[in-house]
Amino acid sequence: MTTAVPLPTATAEAAAAKVKAAEVAKKKLSSPWASFAVIVIALLWTIPTFGLLVSSFRPERQIKTTGWWTFFSDPTLTLDNYRSVFGAEGGVNMADFFVNSLVICIPAVLIPLSLAALAAYAFAWIDFPAKNVLFLVIFALQIVPIQVTLLPLLKLFVSWDLSGTFWTLWLAHSTFALPLAIYLLHNFMREIPSGLIEAARVDGAGHVSIFFHVMLPLLTPALAAFGIFQFLWVWNDLLVALVFAGGGNEVAPTTLALANLSGTRGTAWHLLSAGAFVSIIVPVTVFLLLQRYFVRGLLAGSVKG
Amino acid sequence: MFNTASTTPEKLLQMFAALLLFAAVMGVILFVASRLGGRRGDKWVGYLYLLPVVLMLSVGLVYPGLRTIYESFFDAAGKAFIGFDNYKTIFTDKDQLTVLRNTVFWVVFTPFVATAIGLLYAILVDRSRFESFAKALIFLPMSISFVAASVIWKFMYEYRPDQGRVKQIGLVNQIIVWLGGKPQQLLIDSPLNTFLLIIVLIWIQAGFAMTILSAAIKAIPDDIVEAARLDGVGPWTMFRNITVPSVRPTIVVVLTTIGIGTLKVFDIVRTMTGGQFNTSVVANEFYSQTFRADNQGLGAALAVLLFVLVIPIVVYNVRQLRQSEAR
Repeated sequence: MTTAVPLPTATAEAAAAKVKAAEVAKKKLSSPWASFAVIVIALLWTIPTFGLLVSSFRPERQIKTTGWWTFFSDPTLTLDNYRSVFGAEGGVNMADFFVNSLVICIPAVLIPLSLAALAAYAFAWIDFPAKNVLFLVIFALQIVPIQVTLLPLLKLFVSWDLSGTFWTLWLAHSTFALPLAIYLLHNFMREIPSGLIEAARVDGAGHVSIFFHVMLPLLTPALAAFGIFQFLWVWNDLLVALVFAGGGNEVAPTTLALANLSGTRGTAWHLLSAGAFVSIIVPVTVFLLLQRYFVRGLLAGSVKG
Repeated sequence: MFNTASTTPEKLLQMFAALLLFAAVMGVILFVASRLGGRRGDKWVGYLYLLPVVLMLSVGLVYPGLRTIYESFFDAAGKAFIGFDNYKTIFTDKDQLTVLRNTVFWVVFTPFVATAIGLLYAILVDRSRFESFAKALIFLPMSISFVAASVIWKFMYEYRPDQGRVKQIGLVNQIIVWLGGKPQQLLIDSPLNTFLLIIVLIWIQAGFAMTILSAAIKAIPDDIVEAARLDGVGPWTMFRNITVPSVRPTIVVVLTTIGIGTLKVFDIVRTMTGGQFNTSVVANEFYSQTFRADNQGLGAALAVLLFVLVIPIVVYNVRQLRQSEAR
């Protein structure tokens, strides 16, 4: 539903070509106060993370008795906390949860992406009765909060004997992703000139070969944007994991492990700090490497859930 | 293959098995579709492409959704029909009213503060030398999980008893001490604690607001700005009469989008306080009632309430988008 929000890439060209309103406004606002405001906001937005990062490398005793800012007057570094969260203490082994997160994420991205691409193609380029009604229904399903579905879905999974397995998470995440994915990919496919498809059809290509040889290559940026968004959404999810994998640790992702740690050992900051950074290393890396796609995907899918 | 995998090789094996199974299903669909030649077969290719999606959405979204609406009219065990009693509880019970009050606080404050900070920051760093770096700093919290963000802020709010040799380890309490105050158990006093939790979501969402608004600001046509400048317009007037009106539709979209996300906020409340000390919100209460207190009926009613609250915001959002597109 936020898909019409101007995407940065779309406006970047316009930006390059023109003198900007904000530039003028900014020049006039470039008082010491403006710089001051920027620095204050930037600090407020980085210090909390930085404090926990520093703490994750401090010895347990120091974390518990002095503030992380004393690190600068008394710098002691250790990797003990990270060793602890990887199995040395308290039955926590982030490595297992890390594997779980990956095992959950990969199918939960690939499955909805492939299915949505097929469906979006059908909606965009194939004529069949009841097409518009179906599309409208799927479009409307975007607004359903996943909370509404959780308990009946859990009961279904139990009756199918799937509860406590990765299948519940794969199926749930895939299903929840579909309405938005179909809508976005459909919008993208509609923008491809119909001449291309018609020409392929005249050459005798069917919908399968058009899908693979004409559509997919053009669709790569959209698939990447949505894929990254979905990956981060699943990786960072807590609610779905809690409902479907809450019973045991065997299929729980890192977010659930961290939330449980925070609940049961809320003052064990040496574990919490290191655990938190183990769980955010992946999304932050994805963010730093794929910032362009990441922003696009995020803009497109920000109302999901 | 459908059991619980417990060792790493088992897990990976199960994942590859699942992907293989999925690939096989896709293969069958595409194979059948490729046999349905000619324009006449088109219709069937279309249905075939939609088949898995329609199946999954019906079973995984439509059926559970309707089922939840149905169950919201039943009692805690889901046995006896009690009409609108669950909804009555939500709007009369003392605890539930606190939940509603907190949800209102969240939805009123988060979108506006996050958007205001995002807009201010976007304008201030626009076209500066460090623009992309400065933006990345604000945007980074958006990429991490709400759980991790909650842990980060819980550490900020951490409290140590106010005794002679005990030092504060949370920055907020340390600042209070530096300023001469007494350290507080910040997450316990209501309603202050709700606002401290709201700060976490603002911290996460400001980056989103900033990114979208920054794109909109860069798209303001230069002739408008030029004309205003020739008229000798000052920075404040420029901001109020040029920048804000130009990006107004975008501001509305950002506000409503963050508003929808805020309504569903769950992870932060659960991780930071577990909904204790009068901090619960609708989405958290839904989880507690459904999965902890075993009150299915009330839980279902809360989920439906969430659904109903989202609808007007979404409708407004869509209408705004239509209008801005029509321009």
